[in-house]
Amino acid sequence: MTRTPALLLLTSWCLAGQSLGGQALDSALLAGPVTDAWPTYAGDYSQRRYSTLSEIDTANVRHLTLAWVRRLTAGPGSGEGGFFGPPPGPPAITGGVAEEPVTMPGSTSGPPRLSGSILQVNGILYVTSPDNAWAVDALDGHILWHYWWKSRGGTHIGNRGMAIYGDWLFFETPDDYLVSLDAKTGAERWHREIADFSQQYFSTMAPVVVGNHVLVGTGDDLDAPGFLQSFDPNTGDLQWKLYTVPMQKGDPGLETWASLDAARHGGAQVWIPGSYDPATQLYIFGTGNPTPAYTATLRAPRDTHTNLYTCSVVAVNVNTGKMVWYYQTSPNDTHDWDATQAPVLVDGMFAGKPRKMVLQASRNGYFFLLDRTTGEHLLTAKYSDAANWADRINAKGQPVRNPAKDNTVAGSLVSPDNGGATNWHPPSYDLRTGLFYVVLHEVYSMYYLTDTDPRMLVGLGGSEQDDVGSLGTSIVAIDYQTGTLAWKYRLVGGGGGGSGLLTTAGGLLFANDGSGSLVAYGLQGRKPPAPLWHARIGSIENAPETYTVDGRQYVLVTAEGAVWAFALQ
Amino acid sequence: MCLRKGFRFCALVIIACAASQAAAQAPAQTPPRPSPATQGERGGRAPDYPERPPAPPEQVAHGQQIFRSNCSFCHGSDARGGEKGPNLVRDQVVLRDQNGELITPIVQNGILDQGMPKFALSAADITDIAAWLHSQPLSDRGAPTTLDILVGNARDGAAYFNGAGHCTQCHSTTGDLAGVGSRYEPKTIQNLIVSGGGMGVRRRSRGSAPPVKMPPLRVTVTFPSGQRVQGELDHVSAFIVALREPDGTYRSFARHDSIPKVVVTNPLQWHIDMLPQWRDADIHNLTAYLVTLK
Repeated sequence: MTRTPALLLLTSWCLAGQSLGGQALDSALLAGPVTDAWPTYAGDYSQRRYSTLSEIDTANVRHLTLAWVRRLTAGPGSGEGGFFGPPPGPPAITGGVAEEPVTMPGSTSGPPRLSGSILQVNGILYVTSPDNAWAVDALDGHILWHYWWKSRGGTHIGNRGMAIYGDWLFFETPDDYLVSLDAKTGAERWHREIADFSQQYFSTMAPVVVGNHVLVGTGDDLDAPGFLQSFDPNTGDLQWKLYTVPMQKGDPGLETWASLDAARHGGAQVWIPGSYDPATQLYIFGTGNPTPAYTATLRAPRDTHTNLYTCSVVAVNVNTGKMVWYYQTSPNDTHDWDATQAPVLVDGMFAGKPRKMVLQASRNGYFFLLDRTTGEHLLTAKYSDAANWADRINAKGQPVRNPAKDNTVAGSLVSPDNGGATNWHPPSYDLRTGLFYVVLHEVYSMYYLTDTDPRMLVGLGGSEQDDVGSLGTSIVAIDYQTGTLAWKYRLVGGGGGGSGLLTTAGGLLFANDGSGSLVAYGLQGRKPPAPLWHARIGSIENAPETYTVDGRQYVLVTAEGAVWAFALQ
Repeated sequence: MCLRKGFRFCALVIIACAASQAAAQAPAQTPPRPSPATQGERGGRAPDYPERPPAPPEQVAHGQQIFRSNCSFCHGSDARGGEKGPNLVRDQVVLRDQNGELITPIVQNGILDQGMPKFALSAADITDIAAWLHSQPLSDRGAPTTLDILVGNARDGAAYFNGAGHCTQCHSTTGDLAGVGSRYEPKTIQNLIVSGGGMGVRRRSRGSAPPVKMPPLRVTVTFPSGQRVQGELDHVSAFIVALREPDGTYRSFARHDSIPKVVVTNPLQWHIDMLPQWRDADIHNLTAYLVTLK
């Protein structure tokens, strides 16, 4: 067990943050694997979601039991509900620019949608849902403060969590603000508008702090351009803004669009946190689909119109905001299969040589392996048996669309469905086995084109998709060196299981089984995992996490509007 | 409709393949898309983006008239883009504009370096143009198609039904499929051909068609003693199996290390096995044939 050094490191960082009024996260803490704390979206910068904690292991996991559960209530009222009886929490601290906030269940009242990551720093958990943020004692679930943002609206699809820098927290709101809070009190430090609400942007991403940068993305389902922005954590000033589609004459990639107007309305939204490689100072993230989503007629009339930089893995230098490399996983996509799935950083062998790599299991059903220093393509492999939309793999390793599997008036039977072979739900890379675990959905849909005039199609308009069957939902183990599946474990009796994965040095894989249970599986190398422990707590909403407080390892997950913490008896 | 010889109606499926139920219960990996502001309330839910108060119809009509005589040459008569001018309905300035205040200076001054000339229109006229532009729908995401999906050949569909498809092993045009063409709209029939039931059916079936029933999954639980319990599957995981016996009794059993043995039988297994094998042309031809069964 190597808890003490990490704890000391974390403590010294927090103290420094308090005394200096904000200090960069120790990159050594974040660049290494997850240990006692969970200080960023994926626990560390690599997005492997592999924890070195091993107090809970395959031998004792059957003694894992509920430590506490905290039901949360959204909105301006009391932060703590009556579930399991403790006294009400503190009244919400209110922020926001709307004079009359839009009333939405999950934002202004009722159980929140807790689909984001929860930070754990110095024994305090920081939890978010759209328009709401809480600080909760990691030992017993006691609520320290609750912040509520009065919303002017926007797509309230979820919130992926907060970022922390010293004593300062950062999170996004559906109506396009970046809000910074004092971690100790929940008091607002400042808020900044990060996207134009009238273009129907909505903001869900967990910001990522790298050095002196708060990296912020947004989403949009209309025909608006995507971008990544960097803000100063102290002042909230904009440091740089990188558009993910060409915006001016002469911009690189413009030749891949039918026109500048098409490019400027081309999408490529940045709505899921990226990974960071301290060695190269590259922040690596995925971009969304091109828009209009379901027909390429007006944005990509020719084969060379691949619509850069949509559906791509992109590397940007965090200091300059300049794109260093990109790799497009779905050239000229027509199915809304964005490439926003977590880019996972792995150092290991490939073709007999040590490599610094990035792995992505993409929504389109294909797995991609790239050199993360240069963006060089190393390997493409189909990890979904069902995916049937591509004819072939081209010389660059990209799947090439079969036009017959686009949206058609008569209907085309296509897999994946709109949700994708996988989606934003985080995968996990196991440092012990060298296998990459991904939740795979093999659903088929009939894709119908509902309007034959492409001029009428905006955003996600023009398509009807009817699910007509499934080969099932599985957890798969991808061997990145070959792209083959070491195993495919079918989730019985359920179709969910999409809420993300966690592996630990205790030889365990924690996952939602799609039947309402959090399950601990014992990993057995290249043999399928063995289900060892479960808790049927309802519809699981986020990816499980783990941390240590006072020498005890906890496993944390959200379900049914509540935070659940498990520990050994 | 089976491609494989020796097919049995009720294929035995190991527990790990309860895929039909899995898909039926699948929560959307992407939560439901909300309706855009221009579509207004749907199902009583407030729109995510504030709706513009509707302008008086006379103003909208007048704005359209002015637009058609001055702007449509470049931007298209519906403002959705032409040879020279971009689509204005999704334009950033138009979306940001409230009552013509952002559009007016552009119309009156032009954007000369992009080829847009000046127009000597009054601010009142441009305000009316703005009112018309703001009345245009932005998106119809997820709306069911109203187009004619029938492109297939009914004769080829009949041949497939009676021949290569082996459909007659389970189905009959005078039995379960009698009059199916009167009961459902073509798209529902087509989706049902693939799904076998349940999935792919939107609520608006033709007339008073009964809802399509999903046949229940059957389960057999076998204990080490040899004792067996059978019934309709209620739910199953790696840790529990629950069922209803023929007399309606609900029973559930804990599972450890795959004991007791659980075997789920899905009457729709053939349709699941067909998913990777279908040719779209066969689906379209079958649809064209089945809609003739009035």
